[in-house]
Amino acid sequence: MDSEKQYIELYEQTREMLCQHSAEPLNILRGQAFEDFRRLGFPTQKVERYKYTDVSEAFAPNYGLNLSRLDIPVNPYEVFKCDVPNLSTSLYFMVNDQFYDKILPTAALPDGVFVGSLCEAAKKHPELINKYYGTLARTHKDAINALNTMLCQDGLFVYVPKGVVVERPVQVVNVLRSDVDLMVNRRVLVILEDGAIIKLLFCDHAIDDRDFLTTQVAEVYVGENAHLEMYDLEETHVKNHRFSNLYCDQQRYSTAVLDSITLHNGLTRNRADVTLSGEYAETTLNGLVIADKQQRVDNNTLIDHRVPHCQSNELYKYVLDDQTVCAFAGRVLVRKDAQQTISQETNANLVGSKEARIYTQPMLEIYADDVKCSHGSTVGQLGDQAMFYMRQRGIPYDEARMLLKFAFAADVLQTIQLDALRDRLHYLVDKRFRGELSKCEGCKMCK
Amino acid sequence: MLEIKNLHASINGKEILKGINLVINDGEVHAVMGTNGAGKSTLSNVIVGNPAYEVTEGEIIFNGKNLLEMKPEERAQEGIFLSFQQPVEIPGVSMTNFMRAALNAKRKHQGLEPLPAGDFLKLMREKRKIVELDSKLANRSVNEGFSGGEKKRNEIFQMAMLEPTFSILDETDSGLDVDALRIVAEGFNKLRTPQTSAMVITHYQRLLDYLKPDIVHVLIDGRIIKTGGPELAMEIEEKGFEQFIVTR
Repeated sequence: MDSEKQYIELYEQTREMLCQHSAEPLNILRGQAFEDFRRLGFPTQKVERYKYTDVSEAFAPNYGLNLSRLDIPVNPYEVFKCDVPNLSTSLYFMVNDQFYDKILPTAALPDGVFVGSLCEAAKKHPELINKYYGTLARTHKDAINALNTMLCQDGLFVYVPKGVVVERPVQVVNVLRSDVDLMVNRRVLVILEDGAIIKLLFCDHAIDDRDFLTTQVAEVYVGENAHLEMYDLEETHVKNHRFSNLYCDQQRYSTAVLDSITLHNGLTRNRADVTLSGEYAETTLNGLVIADKQQRVDNNTLIDHRVPHCQSNELYKYVLDDQTVCAFAGRVLVRKDAQQTISQETNANLVGSKEARIYTQPMLEIYADDVKCSHGSTVGQLGDQAMFYMRQRGIPYDEARMLLKFAFAADVLQTIQLDALRDRLHYLVDKRFRGELSKCEGCKMCK
Repeated sequence: MLEIKNLHASINGKEILKGINLVINDGEVHAVMGTNGAGKSTLSNVIVGNPAYEVTEGEIIFNGKNLLEMKPEERAQEGIFLSFQQPVEIPGVSMTNFMRAALNAKRKHQGLEPLPAGDFLKLMREKRKIVELDSKLANRSVNEGFSGGEKKRNEIFQMAMLEPTFSILDETDSGLDVDALRIVAEGFNKLRTPQTSAMVITHYQRLLDYLKPDIVHVLIDGRIIKTGGPELAMEIEEKGFEQFIVTR
């Protein structure tokens, strides 16, 4: 319990300050979260869902925290000159865990829609936040949830009222900015009431050459007949350590597209748990990982079919090179009552070097007897025949490799329903394969 | 154009070509016929530089340059084209992107700027007509879901796009029905010029009826054991290869 010690002491010493600079609905859960964290400790690699990532090691260094909520001098609009043609979004920034509200998009959101600071929302509408906050991301079993819940002070709140359609995609750029090594505990709460529709795009960036350790816990509620598209793009640097836990709950007839794309990073551990709570709900859970050098990406997912007539599609693709070590573990659970479930889970991996490693573990557990489910995984190299065919047509070796890698990744991008974003990602993935995206140089979504 | 001297080559340590000598001049079409496993496909693969094959002896000179020192893509850029016996499917790479990459690589090699997108698409449309290739196929991934005949037509389409000076047709007639064979053969004939040469590998006379080769070689057990005019192909069609094996 060495790594834990500093966080336990930190909480004991700063409890007052944590609460003072946050809001009541967040503060209420801190005590229990602290007890849970102290009891659980960081998961060892013997814990099934953490077997591919050494959590203690990542949390061992001594990071600074901005508990007194000092303003960090940065104008994200200056750092990110955003002029993407065709990708017109309502653009917001988070600096570390703080919502940047000094400049806001000029185009107004539809009436009743809220995109802003979780802490501010909790002060103004405590009843709303109380009702949802901490109900999906429970602290009694997961130490990252517990740690985040006990330390987080702010984050992002997105709220779309009943029947409201947000036409223009909402883009939130998470900027990691610090002059010292920094730990950030960010919280995200997204509520789509019945019939609401929104497209969300998150982009993670780190603009300073510092070690960052981020925990992010996101709770997403998708109401009846609501439609959510959520794209999470990480494009940070090798000194970033990201622990992201996403929980999504879907009601009847809702649809959700959840995409996670890791273009550049240091250590990333993404957990995504989707619960299909209402009949005829449909979920698409996709991931694309491009990793080389010593990067590590560990995606761990759970799709929980609790009721009949739901559908889930899961596709994760990895393109690996150099000495990278990555993991995919995806569990699809079809409960006893979840008859007529349709579920498909695929993980495909392209391993481009002798040293690169992928641990893949697709899991399917079925307790119902009338379902259509499949799961599978592949690990392979670029085809020699295809390579030679392209070279015979005069396409140089490196270019041919790149085209083939791109082709491999393309079908994940194909599921992106936002045309401009899909085109943009095609461009970024292309650049990434060309080695022109070797570090974060600001928002590539925008440059 | 192409001169092969005492070429020996092997795959997985097994010697397949055991001393090939061959000269192909500008404007000539040579047919190479032979039994299964005689080394016909090995010969074509070695000329285009397939890394699976190892050249153990001999040389290949192409327009005065030592071909064996070049990478496969360099040989292609120099103007060598292989119509594959089994064209490879490449899911996710569109025909358009594939052809653009190939054509621009060649143009770069020639010191030319990449072809503007509009001109390129126009060229695609023109060349497609030569082999009556459906525009839908051109929008799909390379060879993916193409029928056997469509794949072979696609090979000739690519040849039309890249305008090679030396082409190898490796059993382009296999798996083709009569109509498709005619389209492919006529497409090839349209692309012939006094400056281009070709090597046609086939088992049958049928394709040669269309292509009218200048010279016919018989390849048995890694060696060219007989060379003659078009009449040699007729003789093989009638009497088979056995006569040659017996004479050795």
